[in-house]
Amino acid sequence: MRHTIVVLVENKSGVLARIAGLFSARGFNIDSLSVGETEDFTISRMTIVVRGDEQILEQVMKQLNKLIDVIKVSDFLNVRHVERDLVMIKVKANSSTRSEILQIADIFRAKIIDVSAKTLIIEMTGNKDKIEALIKMLQPFEIEELARTGIIAMSRGMNKTKIEN
Amino acid sequence: MKLTGSQIFVECLKEQKVEILFGIPGGVLLPIFDALYDAPIKFILARHEQGAAHMADGYARVSGEVGVCIATSGPGATNLTTGLATAHMDSIPMVAFTGQVATSLIGNDAFQEADTTGITRSITKHNYLVKDVKNLAKIIREAFYIARSGRPGPVLIDLPVDVQKAVTEFSSSGKKVEIRSYKPNCSGHLQQIKKAVELISKSKQPVIYAGGGVVLSGGSEQLRELAEITQIPVTTTLMGMGSFPSYSELFLGMLGMHGTHYANFAMQQSDLIIAVGSRFDDRITAKIDAFAPHAKIIHIDIDPTSIGKNVKVDIPIVGDVKNVLKKLNETVFQEKDKFRKNRLEKWHEQIKKWKENNPLKYKEDDKLRPQFIMEKIYEATKGKAIIVTEVGQNQMWAQQFYKYDYPRHFLTSGGLGTMGYGFPAAIGAKIACPEKLVFDIAGDGSFQMNIQELATAAQNKIAVIVVVLNNNCLGMVRQWQELFYEKRYSATVFSGNPDFVKVAEAYNLEGLRITKKEEVEPALEKAIAMKKTVVLDFNIEKEENVFPMVPAGVPLDEIISGLA
Repeated sequence: MRHTIVVLVENKSGVLARIAGLFSARGFNIDSLSVGETEDFTISRMTIVVRGDEQILEQVMKQLNKLIDVIKVSDFLNVRHVERDLVMIKVKANSSTRSEILQIADIFRAKIIDVSAKTLIIEMTGNKDKIEALIKMLQPFEIEELARTGIIAMSRGMNKTKIEN
Repeated sequence: MKLTGSQIFVECLKEQKVEILFGIPGGVLLPIFDALYDAPIKFILARHEQGAAHMADGYARVSGEVGVCIATSGPGATNLTTGLATAHMDSIPMVAFTGQVATSLIGNDAFQEADTTGITRSITKHNYLVKDVKNLAKIIREAFYIARSGRPGPVLIDLPVDVQKAVTEFSSSGKKVEIRSYKPNCSGHLQQIKKAVELISKSKQPVIYAGGGVVLSGGSEQLRELAEITQIPVTTTLMGMGSFPSYSELFLGMLGMHGTHYANFAMQQSDLIIAVGSRFDDRITAKIDAFAPHAKIIHIDIDPTSIGKNVKVDIPIVGDVKNVLKKLNETVFQEKDKFRKNRLEKWHEQIKKWKENNPLKYKEDDKLRPQFIMEKIYEATKGKAIIVTEVGQNQMWAQQFYKYDYPRHFLTSGGLGTMGYGFPAAIGAKIACPEKLVFDIAGDGSFQMNIQELATAAQNKIAVIVVVLNNNCLGMVRQWQELFYEKRYSATVFSGNPDFVKVAEAYNLEGLRITKKEEVEPALEKAIAMKKTVVLDFNIEKEENVFPMVPAGVPLDEIISGLA
């Protein structure tokens, strides 16, 4: 089962290493992990996507909670939420292929953020499926480089992933 | 007032009522040791940082206070790690300070530099690298709070040399430490407790399985009360020894790999296990799929990660053992008509039979056997001594053939199984409790892993009785080779052992050699009277084994008895 876990942590050095260490010490693979500051600069928000059976995941959630610098852990499995991933793709493009690539980008509502005589950089946000579809469409043109931020997630409506006092 | 980092270090230790510090100085700790020179804190100079860490650990286990140790950067810090991991596995409250190279040099592969917070991250409850002197006081206060609260454990603070010298404003604080991301739940959920009492009242073959958490929380009295009002038999783990009095009819001894037959049988046949401050470690469950097949499980523990980790739990109760047991006992008392005295009569009879048929025993002949020595130590001390062990056969014999009636009187590296733990921990224990007799029950293998601390005992005039159960080999591994590897004694037999009596004498301490049964009593009497560290070299039977034994990978009740 795929789980999206949102972790609020103290914005201090070493916290990422603690969390990564917790996963690696238990032989647990992380699909993606993204970190950034939140509305409160003392708190960072991590979104971790993992796969594993329920028992192992429960243990991981408890272990995360046990870390001193972790403020709150939420599993989004049964929470209505939106997920986004951002991708940048540098694809080979010359005068004969450029317009076709632009068309594809247009269909996906992706943006062109750099252009050169031989390449284009395309930026797109979306969920995993949409990003993978775009990658598939661009593969025939030869992808030179690809970078993704990893998934970030937020619950819909008034459900907040905030610290409760 | 303006103080240097080193002065703040001293002020904060005073604030935490630290009276004693174990460690070894080094280049990057010079500012701190200069501040310690006239501070009202006693410093015990160890001979190896691992020794210092185990001393702080032994001190903490006996006193219930936070043990404090200090080591220099690089090799000092790496030497400390075994001691930290030992304390971490056994949930012992400790604060360790390490020196670090100047902040400007961190990451440059400077002289005696190691990434101490990186290395110790997984063997401490928490750790800090202090980069700004302004945060130092707050960090030290937090460290002590984290070490002693919740599930206790070691916390490390890495102190760069420039931070020790830097000056900042310091004010002493009476404020309680508040950490928004760390709020251990100590109280125990009342609804869960009520459900537990209901389940207990319905059980016909219940067992209480108590661990180190009972000792750490100070809940021994509550445990005894629970057992007495419900008449439920009690088995303890190695870490739980002393949390329940051995003289009680309800006591089953230790369970697990070298546990008693009756404790293991009772676990396997039980319909309800009440786990109290214990964690279903692999040495306890044996083959996990076959563990206690008919039992429902109530699990009381302060650490939610311990619950449901190895076995499925029916009623989890997160909270401090003492608090939860208090509430549990109150609830039992309110419903005492459900707990008639003779309600478990059949179960008690069954256990009595098991006890009669399978007592702990050893071959009683004219040979010098370790079990006999332990029994004699018990007689000589009337069970009132603090027994510290090394790891291996000595540890198991010490557990089996000495009776433990009081908490904080049996110190052993239960989780990590650290050979070399016993002697330095015994030194720490004696410092915490100078009026008690302290024994280190050792093997010739493990004693040699921290034998250098004889100098620490000599310099500080600390009286520990070291009982070397000397069989000239690494006994526990040799036992496994005998039983499971066709007696192919690969690398377990020593031929280079020193004369331990002479070693003691070389440090200006006492040494005695005992080779016959009849010499045991007089030797113990002599050692107790000496009031200084004595090494007793007992030349025991080489091929003596620890039984009963549940080999790896079989169910808990498939026990090898040893003696036909």
